[in-house]
Amino acid sequence: MQCELDIFFLEAVLNGLLLAGLLALLALGLNLVFGVIDVVWICYAELVMVGMYGINYAYKTGAPFVVAALFGILLVAFAGLLLHQLVIRPVLESAPINQLLVTGGVLFVLQAAATLAFGIDFKTLGIRLGSLNIYDMSFAYSRIITFAVASAAMLVLWLFLSRSYIGIAIRAIAQDRQIMPLMGVDHRTIYLVTSAIGGGLAGLAAVLMVLQYDIYPQIGQQFGPLIFMICVLGGLGSMIGGFIAAFLISEFIAIGGSCFATEWGYAIAFLFFMIVIFIRPQGLFGGKA
Amino acid sequence: MLELANVDAGYGGFQALFGISMSVKPGEAVAVIGANGAGKTTLLRIISGLLPMSSGAMTMNGVPLREIPPHKVIATGIAHVPEGRRLFPRLSVENNLKIGAYIPSARAKFSERLAFIYELFPRLKERRSQLAGTLSGGEQQMCAIGRALMSGPKLLLFDEPSMGLAPVIVAQVFELVRRIRSEGYTVLIVEQNVRQVLKFADRGYLLEAGRIKTSGTAAEMLASDDIREAYMGL
Ligand SMILES: Nc1ncnc2c1ncn2[C@@H]1O[C@H](COP(=O)(O)OP(=O)(O)OP(=O)(O)O)[C@@H](O)[C@H]1O
Ligand SMILES: [Mg+2]
Repeated sequence: MQCELDIFFLEAVLNGLLLAGLLALLALGLNLVFGVIDVVWICYAELVMVGMYGINYAYKTGAPFVVAALFGILLVAFAGLLLHQLVIRPVLESAPINQLLVTGGVLFVLQAAATLAFGIDFKTLGIRLGSLNIYDMSFAYSRIITFAVASAAMLVLWLFLSRSYIGIAIRAIAQDRQIMPLMGVDHRTIYLVTSAIGGGLAGLAAVLMVLQYDIYPQIGQQFGPLIFMICVLGGLGSMIGGFIAAFLISEFIAIGGSCFATEWGYAIAFLFFMIVIFIRPQGLFGGKA
Repeated sequence: MLELANVDAGYGGFQALFGISMSVKPGEAVAVIGANGAGKTTLLRIISGLLPMSSGAMTMNGVPLREIPPHKVIATGIAHVPEGRRLFPRLSVENNLKIGAYIPSARAKFSERLAFIYELFPRLKERRSQLAGTLSGGEQQMCAIGRALMSGPKLLLFDEPSMGLAPVIVAQVFELVRRIRSEGYTVLIVEQNVRQVLKFADRGYLLEAGRIKTSGTAAEMLASDDIREAYMGL
């Protein structure tokens, strides 16, 4: 064990911070949808996977990266709309377990479809961005860009939710669904807008992830559980909670991984998660259990 | 302005309102009184579209309300200050007011109406960036009224605005409603506080077990032995 307060420790802390940006973005989309519609998109990470394949497809057909990225975001935003309209809407009044089952079903359908369409081999865009080296520390540019873009996106979303009529209605509906007609708000419109934003955020995460990770049909399994853990830790539906939980979990992973081994980082993060949930079952910032 | 003809309504198999016919004319203040469970809240929920009626007809300035979806009712000029106020507790006071101006015709007049409401309730202006859930009961009632006014309504529905408030605050709330009235709004108010509400209303309806038992001018209602015995303990 080489855990000292040296420059490598600092490097781990900063890398944790960079990872947190991406995880916070992923948690935000899921929390937004849950807070408004009260349904958990179990297939959230698979939507990201769809976005990654979409971006890869567009990029390989010769589109510039920025165009491919926009295509990916719109593709997943549209997928979010379809998911709501075709799968969630018919079960909105059903028991929560049925809602989990249908979105869980979509998870398997998307994985199977990706396997059939693209095979099981790993795909990569082949974009190499290099690293930033300061003193003895090294930070991949892809991670730095990810952090910057994710932070900017969260800021834009926050402005939207606190300033615009639709944004305020999105927050209001999460607090009192029944009286929204009295405000002249059609909840169906708000659900659709929220689903498109939730999908768009997954699409943006896909853009950032293709810069760092290989694409394969099961990639959702690699980070999907981590996103749910973060959302539950922060309190399902709490956007602030998800944000803080993303930072906590990332630092546990990064520092634990640097002091011991990567697997230990995840184990420590999970242990922390279990302790918190044991003490506060509703999560750090959760109101409803 | 508002006309109801033979309206029935209920929850699932349970019928809560039976053949309600009533009207509210422009500029009037009309009170609906009745005991707990009489159907007063149900009546207001029917009018504002929160609950569909099972039979009957209802029009607002000639517009048949039964044919429009719930979220479009507000555009006909009906605003509902619901029972228990129902503010959005984790939105600021100002955002609660802003959501009241959600409909397109109201958005254009947002700043103008906000200024009017802050003038009417200076307390809300002081607290505009505070979360609505942290307001006192009386302030919450101001905010709920302000939110309803933001849509630019012609008819305001009040559901027991004095409920759950301390006696001194109750007097203030009635004063607020009186002021709204003097601003030229038409008012339909539901109350258990019979004496207070009949003091400023023009007319009243007495609702009993989902049926209109008596109606008349406020003076007639105040003088009625039935009402004095059953609701004012005289
Ligand atoms: N959501 C509901 N589901 C089933 N029954 C309901 C529901 N809401 C009200 N009721 C019933 O309908 C009847 C009328 O209720 P309503 O709330 O309209 O009475 P109210 O006159 O407003 O009473 P209060 O003075 O207590 O507010 C009552 O018998 C009540 O139990
Ligand atoms: Mg009531």
